[in-house]
Amino acid sequence: MDTKAHADETINHITPYRIYVLVWVTLMVLTVISVGVSYFHFGIFNIVVALAVASVKASLVALYFMHLKYEDKITWVFALYPLGLLALLIGLSISDVFFRAVVSP
Amino acid sequence: MEGVEKIEHVHGHHVDPVVEYQSLKFGMWLFIATELLLFGGLFAAYTIFRAKFPEMFAEQHLELNKPLGALNTAVLILSSLTMALGVTSIQRGKPKRLALFLLLTILLGLAFGVNKYFEYSAKFHHHIYPGTSIFFSLYFTMTGLHMLHVFAGMALLTTMLVLTLRGRFSDKYYTPVEVSGLYWHLVDLIWIYLFPLLYLIA
Repeated sequence: MDTKAHADETINHITPYRIYVLVWVTLMVLTVISVGVSYFHFGIFNIVVALAVASVKASLVALYFMHLKYEDKITWVFALYPLGLLALLIGLSISDVFFRAVVSP
Repeated sequence: MEGVEKIEHVHGHHVDPVVEYQSLKFGMWLFIATELLLFGGLFAAYTIFRAKFPEMFAEQHLELNKPLGALNTAVLILSSLTMALGVTSIQRGKPKRLALFLLLTILLGLAFGVNKYFEYSAKFHHHIYPGTSIFFSLYFTMTGLHMLHVFAGMALLTTMLVLTLRGRFSDKYYTPVEVSGLYWHLVDLIWIYLFPLLYLIA
């Protein structure tokens, strides 16, 4: 019964137009910020800021536009597990680039 | 499990709408996971080559048209908004408004494609091709694969538009619209990372 009630709640959730417009305004502001920052040179911080802003934007899209905020736990698991795999793939690849010993022929 | 029993009882007909809704949506999230991993391979390649050849990336990304890239980002984010507004419209039982928002979303996708066409043309005009360098190889592969997804999304949304005009959706039944919307937002989500990684690196 509990899951049924939860299902009804998930299905009946309607996000008001207002919330979507607010999320859109935030996304546009963040885009302007990331483009603006790219005209200044802070060295390594440029890429840190760019990726941080992109991640905030991606989270907003997933949580509100894709309704992840209102989904059940199992959907969250399947939304997050590819991110874990990506972290493994990219993390291990990059460690290979940096730590591989140069072997002389 | 409860749902599976129900489906068997009715011999595959008249699937419980709640079960249909949940399994379709869950299926799309699974597909989204595979899509993220598809692009993930390219993001890994990007990371490796950028770590190995930072000067090449810093130099050659200047060839990309930053204002046009920013414009395309705005276009795609706006298309995500119109898609989301469309879902709320049908949830409130307004199919005509859904049709309008679907049309707007498709047109914005088209605008993105036209922009990209001009961008690619400008690159070819300057004799920049996928074989020019590792950076441009990554640029064309990543944005090209993304463009394919935009086209696929537009095809999906056009199907939804036709079904909406035929009166197939109401506030009681809009599952395919919502699930297609998820796919469209994924296309936006990937571009949100592609834009800074390709156009905005210092």
